[in-house]
Amino acid sequence: MRSMCVFLRHGSSPQILFDSVKPTVSVSNVADIPYTPRVPVATNAIELREVSKLYGTFAALRKVTVDFHTGQSYVILGPNGAGKSTLLRNLAGLTRPTFGKMTILGSGEVSEVRSRIGYLGHDSMLYDELTAMENLRYSASLYEDDSLPAGRWTPEQSLAMVGLDPTLNRPVGKFSQGMRQRASLARVLMAKPDLLLLDEPFSNVDIASSNQMLHVLDQLRAAGNTILLTTHQPDLARPIADCFCTMEAGQIATMEYFPPANVHTEIRAAQEPRA
Amino acid sequence: MSYARIVWAHLAKDLRLEWRSKDAINGMLFFSLLVVVLFSFAFDPTMAVSRLIAGGILWVALLFASTTALNQTWTRELRHQVLDAQRMAPSPASALFLAKVLANFLFVTMIQVVLGPLFIIFYNLQALGQGWWMALVLPLGTLALVVNGTFFAALSLRTRNREMLLPLILFPVSIPALLAMVQSTSAILTGESDPGLWIKMLGGYDIIFMTLCLLLFETILNAE
Repeated sequence: MRSMCVFLRHGSSPQILFDSVKPTVSVSNVADIPYTPRVPVATNAIELREVSKLYGTFAALRKVTVDFHTGQSYVILGPNGAGKSTLLRNLAGLTRPTFGKMTILGSGEVSEVRSRIGYLGHDSMLYDELTAMENLRYSASLYEDDSLPAGRWTPEQSLAMVGLDPTLNRPVGKFSQGMRQRASLARVLMAKPDLLLLDEPFSNVDIASSNQMLHVLDQLRAAGNTILLTTHQPDLARPIADCFCTMEAGQIATMEYFPPANVHTEIRAAQEPRA
Repeated sequence: MSYARIVWAHLAKDLRLEWRSKDAINGMLFFSLLVVVLFSFAFDPTMAVSRLIAGGILWVALLFASTTALNQTWTRELRHQVLDAQRMAPSPASALFLAKVLANFLFVTMIQVVLGPLFIIFYNLQALGQGWWMALVLPLGTLALVVNGTFFAALSLRTRNREMLLPLILFPVSIPALLAMVQSTSAILTGESDPGLWIKMLGGYDIIFMTLCLLLFETILNAE
């Protein structure tokens, strides 16, 4: 798999861009990169410029400058404490960067585009006492804003998409971890977000549930949604990845772009036992 | 979507959660009953003495009991990061606050319904003033407690000792309201003075703090 990729390292503060419209970094061998965008890349979904996030004296993010293209799927890797979750929480608008500039979905103010961002955190963001359907109906009621684009999925459709039975009359607290994660993903998908931020969605999830989630994510990517996903399981996320992005000590260390993958083949290959 | 429908969505969810978990109601009921029974054993009051002290005991019982419920209010939103999902939703933050206030108001009112008859029996109470004034004092006093309590519970949400911090902030701020509640209740029970002024003060307190809390809640919710 690695032989198919281009491996780039740009020191402590990388600016990695393969935008055919407005490249901001000149890379000498860019013509050799076997990269075909799934959808024409015209805009950046996310632009970060020198973004830092400090907690007291600890820098969780350190001068991160990077662009994430619209319609691409980025898998963010890195050890614990590398800043992956902090990066996603900043992008979701749940925390604010201490320094630097963020432009998300064309807006410099995250609160203006919050309804177009779907965020799945470490936890399920669901109430244990309610059923999946009750949780999603409640969530849907908060998104019934006339200013939002029409055609959002209903709770029933969202649950069916992730392979959960909408009529299941069991509180989420009694779900398995895999079911809980899928219900959580269904909650995120319901608003049809343009930008999906998924923080370790496959942790403690069995392979069947992971594959179900991967198929859904691949459909969203094909539809032009931008996906940022953190994980410690790169092989699992590879089928939907356009790029592996590695974080170290609050910085983006590397970005590896891939040619488009055949998701169904790759998921099957990932399931096969290795020799 | 109308503001009222969003408030209703939050409120219905809170009522459903409480119906299934009974976290707040059980704690409040146990605590308030304990206070009322213990004080009645400790003082063994005559009817005249009861009228003088009942106002204070009633509101102390309700204040302490509601504090336990107010702590629960936001704790359940912190579990599994549900609050983050609410922060990301495009609905107004004040609707969430208002629904929480209404839910807490209903919970404390339910406790009052149970506590009221017991209170009258244990303290052998009979109002010498116009008893119907209590129909104003109780909801206004309860509103004062839950508005401030819900707001300060949200304020102390991200602190380590939030259960301890809430009463430390809430009680001093509630002193004017508590004074009005106790004085108006005593005035109604003894019939010696007019509770009108205290009730007006309570109403004014409610309006001021409700307005301030609604305006400031979004800042509190999104604070890091």
